[in-house]
Amino acid sequence: MELVALKRMELTYVFLEMKHLSKVYGGKKAVDDFNLSVAKGEFICFIGTSGSGKTTTMRMINRMLNPSSGSIELEGEDVLKADPVKLRRKIGYVIQNIGLMPHMTIRDNITIVPKLLKWSEDKRNERAKEMIKMVELPEDYLDRYPSELSGGQQQRIGVVRALAADQDLILMDEPFGALDPITRESLQDFVKDLQERLGKTLIFVTHDMDEALKLATRIVVMSHGKMVQVATPDEILQHPANEFVENLIGKDRLIQAKPSITTVGQVMYNNAVSITPGRSLKEALKLMHEKRVDTLLVTDDMGILKGYVDIEQIDYNYNTATSVDDVMTRKVFYVNENSIIRDTVERILKRGYKNVPVVDQDKKLVGIVTRASLVDIVYDALWGEPDATAHTKKEPVTDIKEEQKVGDGKP
Amino acid sequence: MTDLNIFQQLIYYFSHNGMYVLSQFSRHFLISIYGVLFAAIVGIPLGILISRHSKLSTTVIGIANVIQTVPSLAMLSIIMLGLGLGVNTVIATVFLYALLPIIKNTYSGMESVDASILDSGKGMGMTRFQLLYMVELPLSMSVIMAGIRNALVLAIGITAIGTFVGAGGLGDIIIRGTNATNGGAIILAGALPTALMAIISDLVLGWLQNRLDPAYKRAKTSK
Repeated sequence: MELVALKRMELTYVFLEMKHLSKVYGGKKAVDDFNLSVAKGEFICFIGTSGSGKTTTMRMINRMLNPSSGSIELEGEDVLKADPVKLRRKIGYVIQNIGLMPHMTIRDNITIVPKLLKWSEDKRNERAKEMIKMVELPEDYLDRYPSELSGGQQQRIGVVRALAADQDLILMDEPFGALDPITRESLQDFVKDLQERLGKTLIFVTHDMDEALKLATRIVVMSHGKMVQVATPDEILQHPANEFVENLIGKDRLIQAKPSITTVGQVMYNNAVSITPGRSLKEALKLMHEKRVDTLLVTDDMGILKGYVDIEQIDYNYNTATSVDDVMTRKVFYVNENSIIRDTVERILKRGYKNVPVVDQDKKLVGIVTRASLVDIVYDALWGEPDATAHTKKEPVTDIKEEQKVGDGKP
Repeated sequence: MTDLNIFQQLIYYFSHNGMYVLSQFSRHFLISIYGVLFAAIVGIPLGILISRHSKLSTTVIGIANVIQTVPSLAMLSIIMLGLGLGVNTVIATVFLYALLPIIKNTYSGMESVDASILDSGKGMGMTRFQLLYMVELPLSMSVIMAGIRNALVLAIGITAIGTFVGAGGLGDIIIRGTNATNGGAIILAGALPTALMAIISDLVLGWLQNRLDPAYKRAKTSK
């Protein structure tokens, strides 16, 4: 519990602060009195029509543009007094047109900033390998040239290039604007996953509301250089500040807003059946039989999700293995209880899982989403009975309590 | 001699004056190379400079254009007034003529580098100098090389008339042929190596230009 509290504390610490930021171009204010505090690990989306000053604001953070007035502080240091070159090496930068160097191999492209920072060659090579693994491309791609990669692959490289020197803050300027919808979506998943996993702070400029709603922890709506609204995706959907924001969101989304902002935690069954790795297969089988399930989630004593074991594995290894630990599958797809169902449904359906464990911030198992719960969601979305989910979600499938490894907090 | 046809005469000339032709060939080549080399030393930085300050570009390219319009024989004579007879005058003339293609190509090469690539380079924290030698120069090198290639072919032609100011080179042999009665074979003995030199330099630099093209690298790895 203490650990959680500490984490929360860390979250509130101001990482990047912009105060009264303005940028004037020939008498016209491109950005007018922009104020924003960003905590570490936030995913901020700047959204607005073209000419709203969102890109200008972003480019002032790494001094690609100098503000006319106002201040920017990064980790307590005044950005405007820093050496722009050194500053930019600390901040990841991804642009719409990818901007990979066509005359450099993927390896050299990924390690540009480490090279500028004079890392040793071994260290750079190692980092390049790590990064290519992260984008799930084979290692021999490192020696290829950007033009040999597809647009989506190139932008993946563009994204990890911005991480290669351990930058904590990453600026992205409509990075997926030029990609087709399918590629864009997979890259959005990739970036979101990366940001959540590595705890990076992102400033992401987009004009696509879907993208902002999907990715952001907070959205900054801008129009004519002014901030119109700063709020979480849920708040924006539920309480758009004015007509401009409403139009930006679109009527369709506002109607769908209710079911689509439900979190996974609200619809999951919180009676996931779990077992610790030290137990024997016999016990696991008995538990399955009692609970009438074919899969057990494996957690450690703290309730942290470690993997799963299903009936096939037990049946197949019953004579050779003794403990759950020997047969369990360690790679398990899970979702966070706070993620929005709208995004999660697709991921679950796409991967074809029968059920997906739900975890909290500390990877502690808190519940399970099954395909049956997805049926409820789709049903509600189509026939619009907002209360239907509320009924089903609380109803446990079985009523056995002692084996549950439910997290402490209710969702 | 007169019963031989022109090609037999040519072969006869080569077999008796082979070393002389070779020495004039190398002299001719070196004059051209020196002129182009100096032009590159001045022209490439100048081209980079005007790509940074686009206001300068019209003036500089304008001046180079004017130089180009002066007939080469006239230019040679004008420079001779200052530098006197000899090799230096020809090298100076070649230098002036080679400037335009080199400046122009350097300028357009630098301009052709995608703005988004420069933006991402700068955004990653490259200094101006790093941006120049890590990004701009490698990306525009093939265009710059095309300019040098043009300049060299041009230079070989100009060096041929350098004989009028006593610089030597294959032009000497050509003039000797035009002065002699029935000197067709001697003209060819000077003209053919000149043409050959131009063609071979063009091919070699063309190959080099392709090697430097970023697109070539991709073709090489995906065989």
